[in-house]
Amino acid sequence: MTNPILLAPILDQMAADIQALDLERPLMIGIHTGGAWVAEELHRRLELPSPLGTLDISFYRDDFSRVGLNPSVRSSTLPESVDDRAVILVDDVLYTGRTLRAALNEIFSWGRPAVVRLAVALDRPGRELPIQADVVGQRVELTPERQAKIARGEDGALRFDILTRERRGGSA
Amino acid sequence: MMPSDSAVQFDSSGRLRHFLTINGLPRETLTGILDTAESFMSFGQREIRKVPLLRGRTVVNLFFEASTRTRTTFEIAAKRLSADVINLNAARMSTSKGETILDTVRTLEAMHTDMFVVRDSASGAAHLIASHLPSHVRVINAGDGRHAHPTQAMLDMFTIRREKGGFDGLCVAIVGDVLHSRVARSQIHALSTLGVAEVRVIGPRTLIPTEIESMGVKVFADMAEGLSGADVVMMLRLQRERMEGQLVPSEQEYFSRYGLTEEKLRHAASDAIVMHPGPINRGLEIASSVADGERSVILSQVTNGIAVRMSIMATLMGGADGGEETG
Repeated sequence: MTNPILLAPILDQMAADIQALDLERPLMIGIHTGGAWVAEELHRRLELPSPLGTLDISFYRDDFSRVGLNPSVRSSTLPESVDDRAVILVDDVLYTGRTLRAALNEIFSWGRPAVVRLAVALDRPGRELPIQADVVGQRVELTPERQAKIARGEDGALRFDILTRERRGGSA
Repeated sequence: MMPSDSAVQFDSSGRLRHFLTINGLPRETLTGILDTAESFMSFGQREIRKVPLLRGRTVVNLFFEASTRTRTTFEIAAKRLSADVINLNAARMSTSKGETILDTVRTLEAMHTDMFVVRDSASGAAHLIASHLPSHVRVINAGDGRHAHPTQAMLDMFTIRREKGGFDGLCVAIVGDVLHSRVARSQIHALSTLGVAEVRVIGPRTLIPTEIESMGVKVFADMAEGLSGADVVMMLRLQRERMEGQLVPSEQEYFSRYGLTEEKLRHAASDAIVMHPGPINRGLEIASSVADGERSVILSQVTNGIAVRMSIMATLMGGADGGEETG
């Protein structure tokens, strides 16, 4: 069992790095579920005036015809139009890049943002698509059979548990 | 053979592959479809009201019996999922040249159809087709004879859940021509699977099938009695075109006894909703003032029908190619 990674110190640094991007009227969107948790924390730290959006990318996943729909699919909620806005897309882990590919497709079905920046709490090797983050909380070396799974403690604090998975799957 | 066997709807690994009847489907399957439909409801807000789930798939609407609203909502649902849709008014096609239903379907399957949406005046048509096609082809029953209309029942359940917040403790009254209604049968199966407190059917004896009580419903011949305290009033269309002989007295007399008026509706719960699968016979089974009144959710049913049919199509096509999950 590897020690969990605590997010509190990572989030402070991420907020500072996002601030340094110097985006005008940014619209923050978290990817359901882990990315939305991270986005909530960043949104509060940055005191962004625009409400936080959440994205459920189930309808845009590239493995639908292989594995079907996730039964717990939720509605995406984008409280403000993405048209001509600077969007900060937030996810918990960047791995294969397939989730982000789906998220970008979904965002463009809502409108045409001016720019999209990507902030992730954890960046791990294993990319299958040419996607990279603009803001990275922490880089970790994880072998394919290891999984970083976000969890919320009883005190509300976020952490990553490092688990050994039975087969490849889950968040990317 | 009665097409009540629900087993053909599942593949060997327990995935729902066809949607033919609600009879025999577990509650989790029904709530899963309702939950997924809920997430399709936000689509009106998007600039592009489509998702790519069925991109590259071909859906054939095969209607051996005329229908406007059902066929249209299936078509919209398939198109919002990015499928290619072919509408065939099969009543006018080759069946009149002597080709059987199965020949027609096999011919269309040879054109690489992925899903058939089937409506027929004969009970069991969709079931027959599902049992004779290769396993990768999906079939949805869009109404077969007097047997079942499962997608209509699911959109009704979705509407009830949205309006009432759930099914616990609800008293639901189904009113009118139960005898000829495939909708009523599917509604009763769905309501009992989802666990409402009480299902009633109200209508003249001539329009209530004798075996209906074995489905666990209470039968009423009197509207005031049957509507008393009901939370949901589901009206049925009087299907004059299916009637042989004198099953109902004059239309005026039918309306005065069983037509839903504001006066009769007062017997139901004060927050009761009024539903109707359409098309409405105004002034026959329902008064215009009720159909267009504030308790009516008839137009919501139509809108909800798109999300529910998207959900059913996506559920059936999901995992079509099998294989491993790829993060």
